[in-house]
Amino acid sequence: MSLASFLKSRLIPAKLEEQINRIRKPIGSLGYDPWGFNNETFKYGFSLTKPIYEKYFRTEAHGVDHMPADGPVLIVGNHSGQLPIDGILVGYALASREKNPRIPRAMIERFFPTVPWLGNLLNEVGAALGDPLNCARMLANNEAIIVFPEGVRGSGKLYRDRYKLQRFGNGFMHLAMKYNAAIVPIGIVGCEETIPAIANIKPLAKALGVPYAPVAMPVILPAKVHLNFGPPMYFEGGDISEEQVNERVEQVKAEINRLIDKGLAERKGLF
Amino acid sequence: MNVPKNMQRKPQILITGAAGATAQRVIERLRETCDLVAVDARIQVPLGDDIPSYCIDFNHRSFEDLFRRYQFDGVIHLGRIRSSQLTRLRRYNANVLGTQKLLDLSHKYGIQRIVVLSTFHVYGAMAYNPALIDESAPMKSAGLSADLIDSVELENLANLYLWRFPELNITILRPCNIVGPSVQNTMGRLLASHRAPVLAGFSPMMQFMHIDDMADAIVLAYNKSVRGIFNVASDDWVAYQRALELSGCTRIPVPSIPPVLPRLILRTLRLQSFPAYLMEFFKYPVVIDGQTFAKEFGFQPKRPLKEIFRFYRDNKRPL
Repeated sequence: MSLASFLKSRLIPAKLEEQINRIRKPIGSLGYDPWGFNNETFKYGFSLTKPIYEKYFRTEAHGVDHMPADGPVLIVGNHSGQLPIDGILVGYALASREKNPRIPRAMIERFFPTVPWLGNLLNEVGAALGDPLNCARMLANNEAIIVFPEGVRGSGKLYRDRYKLQRFGNGFMHLAMKYNAAIVPIGIVGCEETIPAIANIKPLAKALGVPYAPVAMPVILPAKVHLNFGPPMYFEGGDISEEQVNERVEQVKAEINRLIDKGLAERKGLF
Repeated sequence: MNVPKNMQRKPQILITGAAGATAQRVIERLRETCDLVAVDARIQVPLGDDIPSYCIDFNHRSFEDLFRRYQFDGVIHLGRIRSSQLTRLRRYNANVLGTQKLLDLSHKYGIQRIVVLSTFHVYGAMAYNPALIDESAPMKSAGLSADLIDSVELENLANLYLWRFPELNITILRPCNIVGPSVQNTMGRLLASHRAPVLAGFSPMMQFMHIDDMADAIVLAYNKSVRGIFNVASDDWVAYQRALELSGCTRIPVPSIPPVLPRLILRTLRLQSFPAYLMEFFKYPVVIDGQTFAKEFGFQPKRPLKEIFRFYRDNKRPL
């Protein structure tokens, strides 16, 4: 037995492999898709995320069955916690659900593809460059995509602004309308407390070419995470003004706020 | 100068770049049904008694004599000099000025069908490239190194003639990496070698097309007179380093950060199979969408990626 197959047998139990293999994926003959997703790497990622999801953050996911079994979906949630831990946990919750699991894709910052190893690794587990063309192509492929319309405004915000939704971009709504994609809102509670930041050193961030440079403890705290998925929202396409698009975005924002409040009410303590 | 064309005779086609592996295969496919004339600016290629073969520089006056002597119906322009060959100036003369001469003569002598082989390199490799780039995406000559500019210029010229002289029925093909037996381009050399350089930490998604599939695509394109620009690629993708692994190559990592370091190393080493001007293509993906071509011309590649890589793995020595 080679080292690779030994490691695989230890890290990826047969049940888990079966779980991933039964998810429909538009991949080529060597297990890759055009954005670099790799079925085998995903299995390792999924396997390593399991203890993080279940043991470290003791994640509780509610309403995960609201996610449609197929068709194009945008999973829209609040972004927080400096690192994209929220995206990883949401992805795991959907890929591990018993009935109709799905592997959602994530749109990542333009900075990541330039980082050696990390850029490719993120691609292999399903993330893709956050470009509207990529998102459109994936929706046309009937994929589910995790979107954080707050972008770095959300993930880079300070602890004092926790659970305050920042400005949403409208791009996701335009795409949802164009591709008749369902919007599944999600309220994420707990990730704000994983890396609480008290300040952002903007000149340092600029010098390093990164979106933000938080002043925070160099540890990821094991806060308990609550994920609350809401019922899918559908918005008809058609030629409507940007003002009307704004109103629709506000509807989604209000629903996410409701789900965040639900999560905050549910949790009994930070850890 | 136009002579009325006899409907009974076989179509007469001028094929440029005859010494190249792609042209050889296109000639194989067309020699039964067409009267071919082969030309190459580099060497005279022996192609048997039935196919006249010439070694002529397109910019030379005697090139026009070919058009006078033969009544060409079409031109298949495969004679793009690759960036690894000749100097920049000579390549510019051959690729840009030579192509212009070819297109001018084609217009003058009433050619009704032209297929031009371009490359996916014209899209440029950038960190911000979306996947599945379609034909309407802008070409990025500004982001390319000076060694690739002539490829973009060649395309610009062909584009200009495509819209200016619709009667030429120009089709421009932008294929992904063409590989397979006897292919001597950068990617072919890399896959055929025992050891291949990689940029540490970067393994961009790539597409490969077997040279026989590419020859089929060119013949299909020639036979259906639809003008326009088309990407040619299969619906299958693989990361560069995985492709090397499957081809039995040992990967030699080249330090990748800061970006100036690998550029310096590659410029110093001057490796023909891993040139500095293609560095970005080994770092960032250029994944093109070949669906439009596949639908329009009914093209379906027959050789899967596994077969391509198996060939390279099993044929390390003879190459």
